[in-house]
Amino acid sequence: MIAQVLYAFFTVVLGVGGCFGYFYGSNWLLDRTFPANANNDASAVRNLRVQANIRPWLFLGPALLLLSVYLIFPVIQTVWLSFHDRAGDQFVGLANYKWAFYDDQFRLSIFNNILWLAVVPALCTLMGLIIAVLTDRLWWGNLAKSLIFMPLAISFVGASVIWKFVYDYRGAGQQQIGILNAIVTYFGGDPQVWISLPFWNNFFLMAILVWIQTGFATVILAAALRGIPEDTLEAANIDGAGPFKIFYRIMVPQIYSTILVVWTTITVLVLKIFDIVLTMTNSQWNTSVLANLMFDWMFRGGGDFGRGAAIAIVIMVAVLPIMIWNIRQANNEQKGH
Amino acid sequence: MLKRFSLEPSRIALNIAVLIIIALWTFPTAGLLISSLRDKNDIAASGWWTALSSADVAKKGRLKDKVDQVEKDGKFTISGNVFEGADGVSGKVSAFGTKVQAPGGNPAGTVATLDNGQTLVVNVDGSYVLTSPTKFTDEDSGGRVFYIASQPPRFTLENYQTVLFSEGIGRSFINSLTVTIPATIIPILIAAFAAYALAWMKLPFRGLIIAIIVGLLVVPLQMSLIPLLKLYNAAGTFMGVPSKTYLGVWLAHTGFGLPFAIYLLRSYIAGLPKDLIESAQIDGANDFKIFRRVVLPLCFPALASFAIFQFLWVWNDLLVAIVFLGSGPDQLVLTGKLNALLGSRGGNWEILTASAFVTIIVPLTVFFSLQRYFVRGLLAGSVKGG
Repeated sequence: MIAQVLYAFFTVVLGVGGCFGYFYGSNWLLDRTFPANANNDASAVRNLRVQANIRPWLFLGPALLLLSVYLIFPVIQTVWLSFHDRAGDQFVGLANYKWAFYDDQFRLSIFNNILWLAVVPALCTLMGLIIAVLTDRLWWGNLAKSLIFMPLAISFVGASVIWKFVYDYRGAGQQQIGILNAIVTYFGGDPQVWISLPFWNNFFLMAILVWIQTGFATVILAAALRGIPEDTLEAANIDGAGPFKIFYRIMVPQIYSTILVVWTTITVLVLKIFDIVLTMTNSQWNTSVLANLMFDWMFRGGGDFGRGAAIAIVIMVAVLPIMIWNIRQANNEQKGH
Repeated sequence: MLKRFSLEPSRIALNIAVLIIIALWTFPTAGLLISSLRDKNDIAASGWWTALSSADVAKKGRLKDKVDQVEKDGKFTISGNVFEGADGVSGKVSAFGTKVQAPGGNPAGTVATLDNGQTLVVNVDGSYVLTSPTKFTDEDSGGRVFYIASQPPRFTLENYQTVLFSEGIGRSFINSLTVTIPATIIPILIAAFAAYALAWMKLPFRGLIIAIIVGLLVVPLQMSLIPLLKLYNAAGTFMGVPSKTYLGVWLAHTGFGLPFAIYLLRSYIAGLPKDLIESAQIDGANDFKIFRRVVLPLCFPALASFAIFQFLWVWNDLLVAIVFLGSGPDQLVLTGKLNALLGSRGGNWEILTASAFVTIIVPLTVFFSLQRYFVRGLLAGSVKGG
């Protein structure tokens, strides 16, 4: 244990120190090779100009290198791989995409992904909006929001353990220790194995993501609600609008763009959902989604990088338009301020 | 904002509604925490929601032997306490009996008449008096007694001891820290330098570089895995080193976190007052000095937002860790370990709940202590690709 701690400490120092070392070292080297306080003015000016030309690339260098290796190269490579066979040697054209189109498991994953897309973003945004409006009028609203927000800090795996415990199943007649089955049996129902119930199990997995992401929606929407001018609300109230009318006619239209941002952000997250399905069911009982299918093709049964890459491209193509829209939205907002 | 317009009954309804929602949201986590502190037999025997109230347990014990009898007023009595010698059992007796068929046939404090004319009283505190008109003999003393004890809630840290020291969670915790700390600090440093260069330094293709970085925000993580895995394997073979190393995972997290980090920091640094940078330049400071002395201290809030975001992201990540790190005890991080435990210890809730709580305690602490920065990062971070 001690050795492990020391080893960990040493690697941490080495990794972080190496990074610091690069920036200090390279800048020091630059200042030394082209000194700004050279003997004569002419060479000092020339040195300063050289410094100004080189230094930005010292600053940018590591970032550009890492971005190229970890993002730009993989995108090109994945596109290339998706047109090749399992080992990446033989060009196969659109065969991987054609396979995907006719594959039952792929269709199931797409279907499940669409199911997630239809339910989770809508439910999170709706719950978030309701909670934001309700807590806005309470003196302990911030505490309430913190508690709703808390699951966002928990990993998907941790959340899966929490919810597996909620869904825990014991045979009929036994004492139920999962709270959901305990409630069901209390009201006279039969205990169920929730996560293997065909079709409906998807919804029990979605509940986990809704539980996690509602806090995100709440916080962002609450911040937007604060931005509605008090005058507007007061005027509506004087005109005799009830709370519901104020909500539909004034609050929702005023924060409409924020609602869309929340919705699309959660949509992107849902398109890439992986951990929850892996830890809860490992894609069994017809719960597979695209990211898990891709993972299975990459690492299980010898791996087929061509098919895995094709699935990755499908995810990318689905995510792309939403992300572009989101970034443009964010940039517009920045310009507005 | 509508405070002054609302009526009293609606306020009460509002409070109740919010309370119900909060109960719904906190219940699952509460179940995890409470269960992790319970005895493993208790977890399997009853729901965690019963753990806070006293539980009724049926127990049996043996009354004292004839050697302890006392003669008084022509009667023979044996007195003692049912909790003596019953280890780990304490609490209050609600009922007792002498037959296995009716372990709680007599309420505590009442007199039970036994078959042979003896009488037995067991009080709430567990003390009992067995009375007989005749002297106790071997046959009619030292008999069995059954009782229903209501036990106060019992909590233990035993589960944590088990998972930390014998299930490998302690080791994984250190592995997680080994991954997370550099994977948080390295991208901050690299991104801050790059963001400064893109915001304030003269360089060709600046607009193009910014556009590409913003464009990279859209790349889903899954896209990168296959090519990078192939690259790592090739690099590992080429250099004769293992392909799954901490360095590899740090760089992967750094690469995936950079677009968002640069995007966030650049807009913040570009927003700093121009005079500040220019006056420093006039004073003869070069860009490295300006960055260190002026810019870095000023953009602390943005750095903190990103740091928290990245820390939570890396700590909670499963996919990158299982792809780029090995599954041996020296490299398995907490999320991976927990995932493995879910497979191998599926029914052992004392192990799972305690392990899960160890994995979530760090992000929860970070979250509650630095919530302000976290929310700010979140507001900016709705564009993170990851």
